[in-house]
Amino acid sequence: MYKKYGYLIAFAIAVAAPFVGYPVFLAKLLCFALFACAFNLLIGFTGLLSFGHAAFYGGAGYVAGNAMKMWGWPVELGILAGVAAGGLIGLVMGALAIRRQGIYFSMITLALAQMVYFGALRAGEFTGGEDGLQGVPRGKLLGVIDLANDTNLYFFVLGICVLAFALIVRTVHSPFGQVLKAVKENEPRAISLGYDVDKYKLLAFVLSAALSGLAGATNMLVQGFETLTDVHWTMSGLVILMTLVGGMGTLAGPMLGAIIIIALENKLGDWGIFLTNATGIEWFNTIGEAVNMVVGLIFIICVLLFRRGIIGEFIAWFGRNGGKKTA
Amino acid sequence: MEIFGYPLPMIMSQLTLGLVNGSFYAMLSLGLAVIFGLLNVINFAHGALYMMGAFVAWMGMAYFGLNYWFMLVLSPLIVGVFGVIIEKTMLRHLYKLDHLYGLLLTFGITLLVEGIFRSFYGVSGQPFQVPEALAGATDLGFMVLPNYRAWVVVASVGVCLSTWYVIEKTKLGAYLRAGTENPKLVEAFGVNVPLMVTLTYGFGVALAGFAGVLAAPIIQVQPLMGQNLIIVVFAVVVIGGMGSIMGSILTGLGLGVIEGLTKVFYPEFSSTVVFLVMVIVLLIRPAGLFGKEK
Repeated sequence: MYKKYGYLIAFAIAVAAPFVGYPVFLAKLLCFALFACAFNLLIGFTGLLSFGHAAFYGGAGYVAGNAMKMWGWPVELGILAGVAAGGLIGLVMGALAIRRQGIYFSMITLALAQMVYFGALRAGEFTGGEDGLQGVPRGKLLGVIDLANDTNLYFFVLGICVLAFALIVRTVHSPFGQVLKAVKENEPRAISLGYDVDKYKLLAFVLSAALSGLAGATNMLVQGFETLTDVHWTMSGLVILMTLVGGMGTLAGPMLGAIIIIALENKLGDWGIFLTNATGIEWFNTIGEAVNMVVGLIFIICVLLFRRGIIGEFIAWFGRNGGKKTA
Repeated sequence: MEIFGYPLPMIMSQLTLGLVNGSFYAMLSLGLAVIFGLLNVINFAHGALYMMGAFVAWMGMAYFGLNYWFMLVLSPLIVGVFGVIIEKTMLRHLYKLDHLYGLLLTFGITLLVEGIFRSFYGVSGQPFQVPEALAGATDLGFMVLPNYRAWVVVASVGVCLSTWYVIEKTKLGAYLRAGTENPKLVEAFGVNVPLMVTLTYGFGVALAGFAGVLAAPIIQVQPLMGQNLIIVVFAVVVIGGMGSIMGSILTGLGLGVIEGLTKVFYPEFSSTVVFLVMVIVLLIRPAGLFGKEK
């Protein structure tokens, strides 16, 4: 009940937002929200910690960018190409990584994503190396709606995100999602019940990778360029943090986490200047550049004190005080 | 003299460079293995602490005029103490939880430590001189070997072998191995396990600090020097498996050599060859070369 109202309010805010804020920034927020939700499908509902999601996000961005700029594909096909690229990288990476469990899984995904990063660094024209892929045209949706208009673009992105989110909710509540939950809670038991656990894990991995690819390709469309930042492991770390802050294993948490972290990243420079003016300590001016430092600090605080995340804590608090269980 | 059309001195020089890198891989993966054995934590901060070791040595020499040999001992100690503080104040609270929280916490520590150093020193390298006693090179006839590189290999192999000896052959090591198998039982025999855990973490990261000081004159001392290294070391750990001390040492050295040779024969692949080896090992022997699943 409350959840339905929550989603309605969130949707209303999302529809109204571009008339108040800057649509391109808001569209970027949406892309990250989708990215975090896709990542959460794996950690929150299957219990697999991937440290390589940047490979899908950035890889899809490069493929979509090339499809639209170099090969002249329309925007819809470009984004689909990105999704396919994300899914394909995910299939290869997943098939290798699920051969080991637990902490090894995380290390393997990290190492394989680093390979993708080095590949992108040296891929010449395809990625533009250090310069990145610049000046990707936005094109026209269905050949009619001009996406060069920021508001049109925003609503296109919003549509993609709503559909993707609906798919995630559906997946989580499907029988397939229940098996994933069983794998997360007790893998040996799921095996003993006759489930081919590896197959389910791989499917979840590919789904999460393809959705991350969708987020990456859409983000590329919004920005109009794609750079190495998106395939670097700091991006994989960032999406973990978004999910952690919002609440792993909750549906809405990652979205909230993404919005908080990206907004924070954007405003950090201003706060640094403010702190410098307030305290007279020059050093605060450097905070804007050293975003990672603040990200690291939030990581530490979250892991030590705040493991359930904002939405997770809220649900737990509600469960204690309301007496009712909300999932 | 040539091998496959490549001059021998070039091959030998890349080979020693590979051995040098391999020594760092060996020391770092050894530290990771020792820590993981007892704490069940994968220490992502290992790369950052390696960087810290190099920086502390540089600071001691640049600000206080201390010499290299003194810093070679002092810097790992300082890093070790820093590790003890991390373990006592933060890591300790995570042992009962899923292992992934340990990884996430140390990941956060990595970003924080690197960020702090970066905000003070930027990303450009600090000059670090090779100590006078090890400056210059020796002509071995078939190649010219820089003395410092020889020293790095000798020192790190020495440290690795001593660690292996202590863990596998002494009573202290027996406690440690027993603690890895069954901490509760060891504690029942009157061994102070929490203290042992703290010191193990301190020792593991001190190894990283030691590697950092050794690396300082060869690699530019800068805040992000541990970033890419730690990912390669993770791959090394996946390849070797963390079950065996000697396995970590051999895998580290071996992969360094493979990487060095790749630089001669196929330079484009030198940055990814370790990852490719990891893929092959995963396909053929998923548990790792020396591994037992834990």
